[in-house]
Amino acid sequence: MNMAMTNVAAGQYAIPRRVGSHRARAVTNGVMTGLCAAAVALALVPLFSVLWLVVSKGIHSLSLSFFTKLPAPVGELGGGVGNAIVGTLFMVGLASCIGLPLGVGAGIFLAERGDGKLGHVVRFTAEVLAGVPSIVVGVVAYGLIVLPMRHFSAMAGAVALAILMIPTLARATEEMIRLVPRSLREASLALGVPAWRTSLSVVLRTALGGLINAALLAIARAAGETAPLLFTALNNQYWNLHPLQPTASLTVQIYNYAISPYEDWHDKAWGAALCLLILIGGLSLIARLAAGRRSQA
Amino acid sequence: MNVALSTPVADTARPKLEVQKLDAWFGNVHAVKDISLGVDARSVLAIIGPSGCGKSTFVRCLNRMHELTPGARSEGRVLLDGEDVYAVDPVYLRRRVGMVFQRPNVFPTMSIRDNVVAGLRLNRVRADYEAIVERTLTQTALWDEVKDRLDASAIALSGGQQQRLCIARALAVEPEVLLMDEPASALDPIATAKIEELIDELKQQYTIVIVTHNMQQAIRISDKTAFFYMGVLIEHGTTQQLFTRPERRETEDYVTGKFG
Ligand SMILES: Nc1ncnc2c1ncn2[C@@H]1O[C@H](COP(=O)(O)OP(=O)(O)O)[C@@H](O)[C@H]1O
Ligand SMILES: [Mg+2]
Repeated sequence: MNMAMTNVAAGQYAIPRRVGSHRARAVTNGVMTGLCAAAVALALVPLFSVLWLVVSKGIHSLSLSFFTKLPAPVGELGGGVGNAIVGTLFMVGLASCIGLPLGVGAGIFLAERGDGKLGHVVRFTAEVLAGVPSIVVGVVAYGLIVLPMRHFSAMAGAVALAILMIPTLARATEEMIRLVPRSLREASLALGVPAWRTSLSVVLRTALGGLINAALLAIARAAGETAPLLFTALNNQYWNLHPLQPTASLTVQIYNYAISPYEDWHDKAWGAALCLLILIGGLSLIARLAAGRRSQA
Repeated sequence: MNVALSTPVADTARPKLEVQKLDAWFGNVHAVKDISLGVDARSVLAIIGPSGCGKSTFVRCLNRMHELTPGARSEGRVLLDGEDVYAVDPVYLRRRVGMVFQRPNVFPTMSIRDNVVAGLRLNRVRADYEAIVERTLTQTALWDEVKDRLDASAIALSGGQQQRLCIARALAVEPEVLLMDEPASALDPIATAKIEELIDELKQQYTIVIVTHNMQQAIRISDKTAFFYMGVLIEHGTTQQLFTRPERRETEDYVTGKFG
């Protein structure tokens, strides 16, 4: 290895004919492979310790009633996080209804018409917005919706989550569409298919697998947000599917249980955390499967 | 379908396609320089010339694909049955002037069957799709190879099969003119032979402009040949004459392999 480098540096050969002995190369190869494996293992340690901790501490709390019941008052045994699960799904669903069309739409615009001035402005804005901490987005939604309406609501939470989804989704959509080879667009145009239908039926259709993947990941990330919900949806001890009422969510519920002084609530925090992990893991898994199916097709 | 271009009165003296003083640019690159030529109905014109001499750019001007490239523009006239193609909607023009590209570009999300009728389906044209699939795939000598797996993905086909599928797809919309930009350059000799055979058959019905790198191929399949060099039309005549008694020195050098 060293010898090869010296040779090239000295300009003796353009392509070194012999790079050390076979043995030396085998040793270098082994050491490098070992280092790579060690790096991978190191990177996996935090991931697996989080998983292990959540599963081992949360598994005892899980039961059918934990998924289906309302939270029990302090001191009472039992109870569940059913309303928080429903609340999270409800708000993430609302947020997706707002965020997916806007995010994907902006991404289509960037890919199709994004070379002009407006495109640069939109792209820059999306980049800045993607870097804004989620708690700031929560405060903004508080100012825009909660203050004027004078109370916390699922809608305010959904808007905050949607704002978080839009920029990353827009950029991901743009990337996916730009990955579609130009030759496919030309094939369609050359058949006398109008440009707008080519964009929808050929380009978007081809990018669809990637788009579904990006959308599911954006949804999964929104489901894991706490800070923007603290200011907007707050919490609710009861079932709620009214968009203008405060609403429980798994993340805020975990937060409340975790900062409480009660041992029993700490256990429930772990249980709720495991629920959230299963939810998000499930979504990511679906995203993976969808992407895998597409790339095989 | 051809609302904008109603059928003109047949004029046997007039070429199907007439190019007058055509210039094309990519930004500042002047790729096609003042080219004029005509293509007779139901004949094959071969365009030959070294790489980068403007062959692709020229044929892409004929169905107005050239203008889709950012920064590209053109000047001059292209007449289809006497009508200026730059005066009509390019969408309708491209249904009359079909194109086959150098690299097969099947739609990867569609089955073989759906690829063939893509131009019809995407334009919401109602027709007997089954019959069209069988007819065009038979024309392109693909039917026997794929008839049992029409619903399989088109990208499972070999390169040569994909290219024949692209030709079938272009034929399904029943164009009058077919532009082919080096359709066989990525193919093996057997697939190439099949495509040449097909072109010979297609010229009973279609007007064909084919770009080719292969001079033997031009001799085998074309009625007339145009030799391009550095964006300029150097010589244009019957294939026989151009290859056996070229008038210009550059043509002779090129067809005898002295350069290119
Ligand atoms: N997209 C493009 N942008 C700028 N220049 C181009 C582009 N495509 C082709 N050209 C230039 O135009 C000239 C003609 O190219 P082309 O028509 O592709 O040649 P051919 O098909 O004969 O090989 C070449 O000089 C090439 O470099
Ligand atoms: Mg070319």
